[in-house]
Amino acid sequence: MNFSLFLTELWNARLSLLSGLGDTILISVASVILGSVLGVFVGLAMTYGAKWLRFVVRLYIDFLRGTPVFVLILACFYILSVVGLDLTAFQAGVLALTLFCSSHVGEIVRGALSAIPQGQTEAAKSVGLTFGQTFVYVLLPQALRQILPTWVNTATEIVKASTLLSIIGVVELLLATQQVISRTYLSLEFYLFAGFVYFLLNFVIEQAGRAVERRISIP
Amino acid sequence: MSPILTISGLHKSFGKVEVLKGIDLTMQQGDVVSLIGSSGSGKTTLLRCVNLLEDFEQGSIELAGQSIGYKQEGGQRRRLSEREIARQRAMTGMAFQQFNLFPHMTAIRNVMLGLIKTKKMPKDEARAIAEKWLERVGMGQRRDHYPGQLSGGQQQRVAIARAIAMNPQIMLFDEVTSALDPELVAEVLAVVRDLANEGMTMLLVTHEMRFARDVSSKVVFMHQGRIHEEGAPEQIFGAPKTERLQGFLANSEF
Amino acid sequence: MNYDFNFDVIWRNWDLLAEGLGLGLFLAIVSIAIGCGIGLLAAFGMLSRHRTLRWIAVAYVSAIRNTPILVLILFCYFALPQLGIALDKISSFVFTLSIYAGAYLAEVFRSGLVALPKGLREAGLAIGLTEFKIKTNIIIPVMFRNVLPSLSNNFISLFKDTSLAAAIAVPELTFYARKINVESFRVIETWMVASMIYVVACYVIAALLRRLELRLAVPR
Repeated sequence: MNFSLFLTELWNARLSLLSGLGDTILISVASVILGSVLGVFVGLAMTYGAKWLRFVVRLYIDFLRGTPVFVLILACFYILSVVGLDLTAFQAGVLALTLFCSSHVGEIVRGALSAIPQGQTEAAKSVGLTFGQTFVYVLLPQALRQILPTWVNTATEIVKASTLLSIIGVVELLLATQQVISRTYLSLEFYLFAGFVYFLLNFVIEQAGRAVERRISIP
Repeated sequence: MSPILTISGLHKSFGKVEVLKGIDLTMQQGDVVSLIGSSGSGKTTLLRCVNLLEDFEQGSIELAGQSIGYKQEGGQRRRLSEREIARQRAMTGMAFQQFNLFPHMTAIRNVMLGLIKTKKMPKDEARAIAEKWLERVGMGQRRDHYPGQLSGGQQQRVAIARAIAMNPQIMLFDEVTSALDPELVAEVLAVVRDLANEGMTMLLVTHEMRFARDVSSKVVFMHQGRIHEEGAPEQIFGAPKTERLQGFLANSEF
Repeated sequence: MNYDFNFDVIWRNWDLLAEGLGLGLFLAIVSIAIGCGIGLLAAFGMLSRHRTLRWIAVAYVSAIRNTPILVLILFCYFALPQLGIALDKISSFVFTLSIYAGAYLAEVFRSGLVALPKGLREAGLAIGLTEFKIKTNIIIPVMFRNVLPSLSNNFISLFKDTSLAAAIAVPELTFYARKINVESFRVIETWMVASMIYVVACYVIAALLRRLELRLAVPR
């Protein structure tokens, strides 16, 4: 391993790597936010929906969770271009990760909601809250605390899955790294470097999650 | 006749807390000794020292002529090897408060395990012995049941069979009925009583005062890590000398 | 949308897809078997009294769990040869997936071990078993049965992760799906069928493992 050469090349490649990192973060943040919003609706439908709706949503979740993310990304990328939806590789990738994230979040939300004792809903009803109010003031705050650890875990999964977008040509951190490698032939050094950056990203997410968890924990 | 168990000057600490502050106790073959006392008095710790489930810092335990757990070498106190200690543990049998049966094995496999793995017995021989002992504790019919399929009392009887099948020099009973529902206590005590009547040497920690009185040859009352009073059951329960023991007995259920 | 569905090319390449599925399953099975061994060692390492051992195990588990698997795959296949470890595609992928599985299973086994009542070990000691025999005869078998459901989930994830072998041209299901896609342009059909195969395979595996769990579970 030639460390000083690696440092030189790292410095030379700093802009493309930083822009790759930026894309990785953008992809992850967009997918997690969109996927979580969609996932909350999925979870709600699973818990409180009519029978047919629950069935449809169940299929949706099972399909998305049974398909490898990679296949999902390839499918979104190839299929959407054929049906005339002109999405860039970046958009197709974010769409795939959003769907993936929503199935996970849906499952988490359903689990958390159904873990809240029936008595909570009944108590809320008995003081005259509507379903919407019950959900917003009683159920959601309780569910959120339970959701948080698994949700943070999903976020790190999404960061890791964002690397798969490199295969459809999105120049996120991994593809940016690979481009540097193809120029410098320092595969060992730069793959280790990329692995380390992902490790840091996930580490930061986890620590942030723990900090929030501590703050909102019910005494 | 030389005693089978001699405990002398036993000290044991958990960190800074000294839980046994110099215990001396001897037992002859066939003795049944009950340890009584409030929780925290050190009685369970004492029992667990006899088979080295707890290490001890000072003093010695001698079982059937062997120094248990430690040896003196050139003035140094050295812990025996893991293998040696395992062999010594097999000289004692122990029944636990929580039974601790191996949940992935049937009753008979539970009893056979030590015979096969520790005593290196052939399977057939181990099976025969296990069957005999399960029969003796009234569990012959359920030998192929898993622990999860048995009641607490039944599990404890299997656990006792598992311990005694090893043909130990002494049986140690650690509050064997404490985790049982009241209606299941009697069946377990009956098994213990039978063993006592047959001349098994036994050291038991118990909260069942009536049982201790009926079955013991000697009762030892422990308090704050020391033996506070000891004697024949009639004397301990009939004419307790110390105030502490009188107070303890007054608060115990008979 | 104006698209004529035509599944002919899929049916014609049915054997390829089946072969790819078979290879994927094979890769997952081998990897989880090796991964169980690694995971067990790492789990005991994490619970070890020796600080160095503990540190190594924890470092391994958190490093692998926080690194994207694609990076690991590419690293093992393209970078390790620089260190003199040159493996062919399939071995390299199995190597990666085993190490990857090991880190996740280590966490599963660790919590399984921690959850065991400590009386089990003591009961083993009391009948004169050595620490090693207690581990092999009691602790590991009981823990294993208790964590079977997590083990099944991990296996299914691993099976899905075999799709990534396509990234280094291991001819499994996703690889063939891409090939058919590129050669035939039956885009929708190809990806519909490919993902359906994965979904159905996951269902079937889950159902089979569920039955296995019931068979192996400690009776109660």
